[in-house]
Order: sequence, then C-alpha cells, then structure tokens
Amino acid sequence: MPSLWLVLIVLALAVAGYVIGRRKALGSAGGDSRALHSLPSYYGSNVAIMTIVPAFFIMGVWLLVQPLYIDNQISKTLPEEAIAESSTRGLVMSDVRRVAEGLDIAVAEGAMTREYASNIRSEFTDVRERLGQVGVALGSEVDHFVLRAAQQYRSLANTGQLLMTLVVLGAATAGFAVSVLRTNAEFRARNVVETAIRYLLVFAATVAILTTIGIVLSLVFNTIEFFRLYPARDFFFGTTWSPSFGGGSELGVVPLLWGTFYISLIALAVAVPIGLFAAVYLSEYANSHVRSVAKPLLEVLAGIPTIVYGLFALLTVGPLLMKVFGDEGIGVMQAGTAVMTAGLVMGIMLIPFVSSLSDDIINAVPQAMRDGSLGLGATQSETVKQVVLPAALPGIVGAILLAASRAIGETMIVVLGAGAAARLSLNPFDAMTTVTAKVVSQLTGDADFASPEALVAFALGMTLFVITLGLNVLALYIVRKYREQYE
Amino acid sequence: MTDATANSSPEGAGKASSILVPDERTRKRNAAEARFRLYGLIAVGIGVLCVIALLVSIVFNGVGAFQQTGYTLQIEFKEEVLDKSGNRDLEEIKTVKTFAYKPLLREAVLREIQARGIDTPLAEAKVKGFSSELDNLFSDGAVGNLRNAVLANPDLIGQTVELRILASSRVDGYLKGRVTRESIARDKNLDAVHLDLVDALRDEGVVSKGFNLAFITGPDASDARPEQAGMGVAMLGSFFMMLVVLGLSLPIGVAASIYLEEFAKQSRLTDLIEVNISNLAAVPSIVFGILGLAVFIQFAHLPQSAPLVGGLVLTLMTLPTIIISTRASLKAVPPSIRDAALGVGASKMQAVFHHVLPLAMPGILTGTIIGLAQALGETAPLLLIGMVGYIASNYPGSVAEGFLAPNSAMPAQIFEWAKRADPAFYERAWGGIIILLGFLLTMNIIAIILRRRFERRW
Repeated sequence: MPSLWLVLIVLALAVAGYVIGRRKALGSAGGDSRALHSLPSYYGSNVAIMTIVPAFFIMGVWLLVQPLYIDNQISKTLPEEAIAESSTRGLVMSDVRRVAEGLDIAVAEGAMTREYASNIRSEFTDVRERLGQVGVALGSEVDHFVLRAAQQYRSLANTGQLLMTLVVLGAATAGFAVSVLRTNAEFRARNVVETAIRYLLVFAATVAILTTIGIVLSLVFNTIEFFRLYPARDFFFGTTWSPSFGGGSELGVVPLLWGTFYISLIALAVAVPIGLFAAVYLSEYANSHVRSVAKPLLEVLAGIPTIVYGLFALLTVGPLLMKVFGDEGIGVMQAGTAVMTAGLVMGIMLIPFVSSLSDDIINAVPQAMRDGSLGLGATQSETVKQVVLPAALPGIVGAILLAASRAIGETMIVVLGAGAAARLSLNPFDAMTTVTAKVVSQLTGDADFASPEALVAFALGMTLFVITLGLNVLALYIVRKYREQYE
Repeated sequence: MTDATANSSPEGAGKASSILVPDERTRKRNAAEARFRLYGLIAVGIGVLCVIALLVSIVFNGVGAFQQTGYTLQIEFKEEVLDKSGNRDLEEIKTVKTFAYKPLLREAVLREIQARGIDTPLAEAKVKGFSSELDNLFSDGAVGNLRNAVLANPDLIGQTVELRILASSRVDGYLKGRVTRESIARDKNLDAVHLDLVDALRDEGVVSKGFNLAFITGPDASDARPEQAGMGVAMLGSFFMMLVVLGLSLPIGVAASIYLEEFAKQSRLTDLIEVNISNLAAVPSIVFGILGLAVFIQFAHLPQSAPLVGGLVLTLMTLPTIIISTRASLKAVPPSIRDAALGVGASKMQAVFHHVLPLAMPGILTGTIIGLAQALGETAPLLLIGMVGYIASNYPGSVAEGFLAPNSAMPAQIFEWAKRADPAFYERAWGGIIILLGFLLTMNIIAIILRRRFERRW
C-alpha cells in the first residue's frame, strides 16, 4: 500500500524535524533556553507541523481529485460504439473500473506480470476467465474497448500515484527545509505554532458544516437524477407505491407519507399523555425517594437501541395484539406487523423523550408562580393545570414537535414492526409502511444507482430530511421565542 | 380562584359554610385533585411497567441462546474411512470430504442406542449412504466440526474419543420447549420417533444442554444452521467501528468544542456552525446512512460493508453529541482558572491546553462514552452501507482486514437474525440483544463512575 508508506515516511520526517528544529534552536541560543523567544519544544513542533500539514493536505486533495480526473479522461476517450444500446456511459465506466481493479489484483497476486497486464488483448485471451481465477467475478465478457480503457485507466492511475508521491514528498521536504532554515533564537515559534493549531481547531469545527453540506449535496444530486428518470408530479402526488426492478414501477410517495404520519400519530398519542403526566407527577407530586427511583428507570428506555424496540414489536407486541385483535379475538387484524404494533412500541420509546424534556421545562417555571397560585387557594392540580402548564406550554409544544420529528425519522421499529405493504387505509391494524422503511428496502442489497427504483430512496431521504428539519427548526423557534417570558 | 363567586351563589347562601365540613364544591375539587394525582401515578406506573415488560421479555426470550443442546458421544475416527493410505499425510486427509464423516456420527449414536437398550425404530436406520434418518438429530455443521478437529490434530485418526456433538436446532428447540410434538407434526425434518429417541437419550444423560460459548465467540451461520450462529465476528466488526469512531470523533469533537467555546468570536461562521451542530443532532440516523452511501461508497469508492465506512458514518453521527457535552464541561471550568494561567504569563492556547482541558477531561470522557454507546446500538445507517447479510461468517485475518473486509456489526447481526424465517434465529436475536445491552450497560456504568469520581464542582 504505497499511500500508507507515504504517510509513514512523512511522519518519520516530521519526527526527525521535531528533534532537529529543537536542537538547532537551542544551538543558536548557545544552549541557553532563556535566550530563545519561545520554549524549545515550540521550535521542534514548528518544523513538524510545517512538514506534515501541507504534505497531508496535498495528499488528501489529490486522493479526492485523482479518481474524478481519471474517470473524466477515460470517459472522454471511450468511443460511442463502446456503449451498447441498453447501456449508459456510467455503466461502461463502472465495468472499466472493475476490470482495472481486477488487473491490479491479478498483478498483485502474481497471476500476471505487469507488462502482460498492460498489453493483454481481449481478441487473444479470455480476460474474464483469467480474472475469475484470481477471484474477480465479471458480469459479462470484456470487449476490447473496455479492456483498452481499463489499461489506460491503470496507466493513468499509476502515473498519478507516482506524481502524488513526488509532490507530497516534495512538499514535506520543502516545509521541513524552510522551517529548519528559519529556526533561530529570535524566531517567534510559539506564535506560528499557535496560529497553526488555531486553524486546525477552526477546521475541526467546520466538520459540522461539511457534514451538512455532504448530506444536502448527496441528497440533492441523486434526487435531481431521480426526477430526470421519473416525473416529480407522479412522485409527490401518486397514490400507488409498487416498485419493480424490471421497470414500470409506480413510485408515489403519498401512501408512504400516510403510513409515516399514521404511525407517528399513534406513537405520539401514547407518548405525549404518559410522558407529560409522568413529568408532572415526578416534578410536582413525587417525593425525592420516588423521583430518584422512577426517573432513572424511565430513562433506561431512552438508552435502549432502536433495534431492541424493533424486535420487541415484531416478536412480543405483534403476537400479543394478534391474540386480542386477530382472528381468535376480534378479527380486525391480519398479521402481527401493523401500524398499531409499530405505533405502540414507538410510543414507548418516546415516553422518556417527552417526559425528560417536559420535566426540564416544568422545573424551569419559577417557584414564585406556584406559590402565588397556591396562596390564592388553588389546589395543586389547579395550579398545574392553570398556571404551570400554560407557562411551560411553548416548551412542551417544542418537546412534542421534537418527539414527532423523532417518530418520523425512526427506522428500525417500522422496518421490523409495521409490515412492508404500502397502502392507504384508515384501519390501524393494517400493515403499512413508512418513508424510512422504504429507504432501507430500496437501497439494501445490490445497489445500482442508475435505476429510478434505487434513486427514489434519495428522493425519499430528501423528503424525510426536509420534514424533520422543518419540525426541528419550528420547535427551536417556538422554544426560543417564548422561553424568555418567565425568566 | 372562583370560590368567591361560588359561595355567594344562591344555593350556597342558604347553607352555613364551614371549614370543618367540606361543601359540595370543595369535595369536587378535592376529588379532581386526587384524580389528577392518580393520572400522574398511572402514567409513571405505565412507564415503569413498559421498562419491566421490555427487560423481562428480553431476558425470558434471550437466555436460551446461551445454552445449546449437544450429544456426548464416543466417536471412533476410523482409519479406513479418513486415511486410507495410513500415512497421515495432511493433504490426503484434506481430500476426505465432510460427507465421509457422517457415518461416524450415525455409528456413534447407534452404539449408544444399543448400549443403553433403547427401544426405537431408528435402531434399524442405515449407517452408510448419502442420507439417513439419524442425520436429522445432528446439526449440519457437526460433521464439519469433526473434520476440522481431525485436520487440526491428525493423531485422532484410529482413536475413539468422547466428544460433544451439536444437536440440530429442532432437537435443541424441543429440549428448550420451543418445538413441541404438535408443532413437529407438519415438519418433514423431524418426527415423533426422533423425539422419543431424544427423550430416551436425555433420560440416559447422552443429550444435555450446556453453556453455549460458540454463540458469544463464533461466526454467523447460514439459514439452515441456526444452532451454529454466533455473535463473535459481528462483535469484532462493532469493535473496529468503535475504534474508528473513538479515533476520529474524540479529537475532532474536542478540537471543535475548544474552538467554539474558547476562541470563537461571535461571527456569522460561528453562528452557522452552532446552528449546524444542533440540527445535525436531530437529523434521523437513516439520513446519515444515505450520506455514507453517497459520499463514502458512491463518490469515494471506499469498500462496501467495511467497518471503516461504518465507523466514518457513525463518527459523523456521534460528533454533535460529543461536541455538546464537551462544550458543557468546558463551560463548567470556572474563568478564574483561565485568568490565573493568563496572569502568570501563559498564552491563551497554553491556558486552554494546559489547564482548562485537563480539568474538563472527566466530563469530556463521560460524554464520549455515552456517544460511543449510542453509536454501538445504531442500526439503520449500517443497513444502507451494506453491513447486513451473511457477511459476518469469517473472522478478519489481520488488523487491516478488520477495518476493510466486509463485516457486520452487533445490531445489524441482530436485525439479520430477526428477518430470517426460522424461529430458532429469534432466540439468537434476543440473545444478541442481551450481549449488546451488556456492553451498553458496562459503558454507561463506566461513564457514571467517571463522573462520580473525577468530576469537580466549583
């Protein structure tokens, strides 16, 4: 792995640089560290930073850009006739990459010599079989356009790798040399090092922005790609969801949104009253003894992974509901996986979410308001209902909105507990499915990003992202806007 | 409140109102008070009941996975079957397929039947041949285990050794009560005759349940062999992912928090970062999976299903949690510490790195552990980057493979088992949850201990 070696070489250079920089600084001050501007270690760090940072920065950018550049170049040289009728340029390019990778593996394993791999001709050799021997399975015969392109790909990649090694080593050495030369007793090493660290800190902080940009870009690009293949109107207003990978799918989001909405509604109908009453009881009525037991116990629910709730829905709650509402009972339920199953379990999951948020908000209501109300003769419940809750209302609404956004974005419970059929129905004992569950089912397995059936997952993800983001922003807005009033 | 008007109403005027005898309205209000209180109590009760129901159902369904049924049999490793030439050449022994080991098992169980005088029609079952009725008693993997034992130690050939042989999942289910005689009626793999034999063998002590170490350390197995499926490889996958998450999210998270808390001036960039962090904390986890798929796999061509990619995705998910808790613990260090450091001539950077950061460290570590615990239980994003399926069936060969070779993770493995058709896998899924929750509990306890012991309050 040449990149790994490159990293190690640069690191070794940096360590050497630290020692040399430190020694040179001390030497220039005649061995008396008091004569230096900064502590000796700063001079060493300065050299090390100047060696590492530019080199790694170049390397990172190079590794990102090189594949894009090569893809672009090769794609340009591919003649039109290399692209079969049913195929696209993108598909052919992925073949090219795969063959190139296969040739690399074959060379690495010694099944081919380097020269042989770059001169091999599909007219004379069965490349597919040769690659199959080293464990690279190819879907179809390799035609000579693809093979030529793959060989070009390899040679460009090799050149690129070589160039990168040279440039990175050059940058590391240059940084090393310049910083060592600059090192002397008057050099303000600490200021330089601290500025560099500061930039590193800023960079770390921007990772959050980069993540958001990454999310938005990956959703937007693929969604646009999807809408090119499938009309946006049919997606947003279609009432049938029946994907079939053979083509002719109907991908209407309405039944999925309805399932998501219905399940979330049931979940909130369970979680909000229980969570709210529990929060009121724990903060207004319970003595510290009960509180110290019940509060952590409820919070256990928040720490349990959602896969556990999913299994609980599938294997415990579903069969239980079947016994009551199934054919042996009332007879309205067909299968254990249903809106009700997923909704109930999701409600349980959200109880601690609602209760601990509401608890914080109720506790933030000033005691003077309670005392005033009690002093006028109101009972404790009247105080809660007519003074505390109205004062805490914006916060509680915010908490409920946050819980709703959780419910909408929840995946594992609905994947396991809600069933797979997308349908528009009012019966809560029917199986329905949600946006998140369909994102999983459309993208799991062999993802070929060219078909609308796979790309629809990105449009679904976009829908989900926009809805949850909207709810979060609304919740934060409500909480911020009305919180100040009582403080 | 409204009492004043109530007392002056025409009905109330006639009666003498007293503080000793509660009037109609007071009684009503007191009843409402009691009801309200009761509602609260019921709500807390339901919540606690849910916790108990969940935990009971996990333990009740899951402990079975930690026990596995097996036969204690005297296996005779016949030389004429396993090593015809008799020169103990490992290459030659390798040419003997698992199929040849089947008669050894059949003979061993027939010997037990005869020795203990058990009356069963299966005593007449054939020993040679492709299949025998006796095979249904054993796991499909049992012969493979025998073969591996011989390959590891060729001296076994020619000896008779007492070994524990894995029972098939149906027999296992029968001993655990999951499979009953009624449910077996439509099952073509096992019939009542087999169960009679199992009953007899159990009375003789040949069949018994034992601790199932293979479930904790072993790899996943195919659909047909639930009795052999284990969590070990998925656990390693989770471990490598957690290494990535820890190695990236702790330094990045701490650096970002230090910048935001100690250095950043109020600017548009800072505001943007803060808004981003609070929003990312609420983005559904599945969206992070889409991000990972599009950026790391589709764009950067990192290997699919690799713990490295899983770790990267979980890092992005965990960062907001770590940043929020780190900022809180940096904020908790009193300004006097900074002022004192600055006062004796430290630079701002030195004050932060030499004084504030060490004091905030316990809080930061607590937040990190809690973030890691969240990441450990996360499933949805892993499904999108391909960490599902039968991929957790081989141990990674080296550390690099541990990061790059396809693997699963504990929650994804549990999901995989929950999806399979054979109910024997459900037991495994619950058992897997016990292991997963064990890890989470340990991590949370460590976090609590850290907080109790090292967190200082000023």
